[in-house]
Amino acid sequence: MLSKRIIPCLDVREGRTTKGVKFKNNIDIGDPVEMALLYYEAGADEIVFYDITASHEKRDIMIDVVRKVAETIFIPFSVGGGIRTLEDMRDVLLAGAEKVSVNSAAVKDPEIISKGAEAFGSQCIVLGMDVKYVGKSEKIPSGYEIVINGGRTYMGIDALKWAKDGQQLGAGEICLNSIDADGTKDGYELTLTELISSAVDIPVIASGGAGRPEHLYDVLTAGKADAALIASMVHYGTYTIAEIKSFLDERGVKVRASW
Amino acid sequence: MIVIIDYDAGNLTSVSRALSHIGVKNLITNDIKSIEDAERIIFPGVGAAGSAMRSLARLELDIAIRDAVKIGKPILGICLGTQIILASSRENQTECLGIIDGTVKAFSDSEVFQIKGYSGFKIPHMGWNRISLRTDHPVFAGVKKDDEFYFVHSYYPSPTDLNQVVATTDYGFDFPSVIGMKNIVATQFHPEKSGKPGLTILKNFSDWEPC
Repeated sequence: MLSKRIIPCLDVREGRTTKGVKFKNNIDIGDPVEMALLYYEAGADEIVFYDITASHEKRDIMIDVVRKVAETIFIPFSVGGGIRTLEDMRDVLLAGAEKVSVNSAAVKDPEIISKGAEAFGSQCIVLGMDVKYVGKSEKIPSGYEIVINGGRTYMGIDALKWAKDGQQLGAGEICLNSIDADGTKDGYELTLTELISSAVDIPVIASGGAGRPEHLYDVLTAGKADAALIASMVHYGTYTIAEIKSFLDERGVKVRASW
Repeated sequence: MIVIIDYDAGNLTSVSRALSHIGVKNLITNDIKSIEDAERIIFPGVGAAGSAMRSLARLELDIAIRDAVKIGKPILGICLGTQIILASSRENQTECLGIIDGTVKAFSDSEVFQIKGYSGFKIPHMGWNRISLRTDHPVFAGVKKDDEFYFVHSYYPSPTDLNQVVATTDYGFDFPSVIGMKNIVATQFHPEKSGKPGLTILKNFSDWEPC
C-alpha cells in the first residue's frame, strides 16, 4: 500500500533558509543543505524548497543550493518559487531536483504546464495553487478562487476548474495551499482539500495550517490528501517527523515507518 | 566501473550521484566502446517508452545492451529501463527490447482503477511503497520487510514467466516491482531516490556476481 507522504517545506532566500530553524537541541541552522540532510535523516519522505529570492538575477544561488542538496540527500525533492520559463525548469531539474513547481507563472500562461510536461515528463511538473475562499458565485462556482502574490491578487479563476485544467494540461501533482489556513496552525482547509482531491486523478499535497499531528491525520483521511506539507511545527522543534508518523501510524494511516 | 547508459531518457545524474556517494565509480555515457568495456551496466530512464526506444535504436544502444546480456554482464534496469527490457509496452503500443518475455501494462486498464476521482489509487503511482521479495536475491541482501522505495509510474512490467518476478508491490493489486533473470535485475522503483535501502541495493549491485 502506498504511504502518505510527510513533506517539510523550506523557504530559501538568497541561499539561506529564512525562518531561523530550531531543532530540539536548539541549534539554529540557516543552511538549506544541512537542513535537508537533517530532515532526510529524520524521515522526511520528500522535501519542498521554496525560493523566495526577489531578484531573478540571483537565481544562480538557488541552483547551487539544489546541486548541493542533490549530492547530499537521496530522496525526491522539489523546487518552486520564481519558476517562469522552460529554461528555469530545466536549470532546476538538471541541478538534481526531482520535480519543479509552477504557480503564478502557470496562472498567467497555462501553456507552461503542457510545455514542461512535454519536455520533462508529467511526473516532474507540480502545479502549485494558492487558494482563498470567496463564497460561491456564478464566476466562482466552488467558492474557492485562485490568488497570486501571497493572496493579494484575485485572478477570477475557480480553483476546482483550475485543478482539473492543470491535470488536463499535464501536471503530475498538485500542491494545494490554502491562503486562509496558512500560518494559522489551526489545521488544513479540509473542505477545499477534499473538493480538489476528489476531482482529480493526480496526487494532491495539502498545504497551509499544520500545527499539530491531528491536523495531518484529518487532511490525510477526511481531506483525502495524498501528502501533507509541514513547516513551523517541525522547524521550531515542536514535533519530530518520527512523532508525527507514529501518531498517524497508531491511527491507521499508512506512513513510511522505516528509513 | 559501472556505466550508466545515456539515451536521452531523463536526467541520469541522480543515479550517478547516488553511486558516487557510496564510493562506486561510474560513468554516464552513450559510447558503445565504453559500454563494452564496462564491468556492469545500469539502464535507467524516465519518460515515455516510444521515444526511448527510438533513441536507443538511433544510438545503436539496443545492440550494445543485447550483447551485454548475452555475455553475462550484470545489468540493473531502473523504471523505464526496466519496462523496456520486456517485449512490448502498452504505452504508445511500443515494440521493446524483448530481453525478458512479457509486456508492460497500464494501471488505467485494470479494474480497480476504473473508479474515477479518489479511490485511494491515483495514477501515477507516486510515492513510497514496500516490496515483497519472492526469492532471496543477492542484490536485495539486507533489505528489511518494512523498508520502502520511491515509485513514480503509470505502467508496470508483467513478465510471462512468473519465476522472473523477483518482488511484488501492492497498489490496488500486487504488481511485479522487481523482475530479473540470470545477470539482469530490474526495479520499477528508483533506488537512487529511495534513501538508505535504495543505496543498499545500488551497493549490492556493484558487488553482484551473477552465477
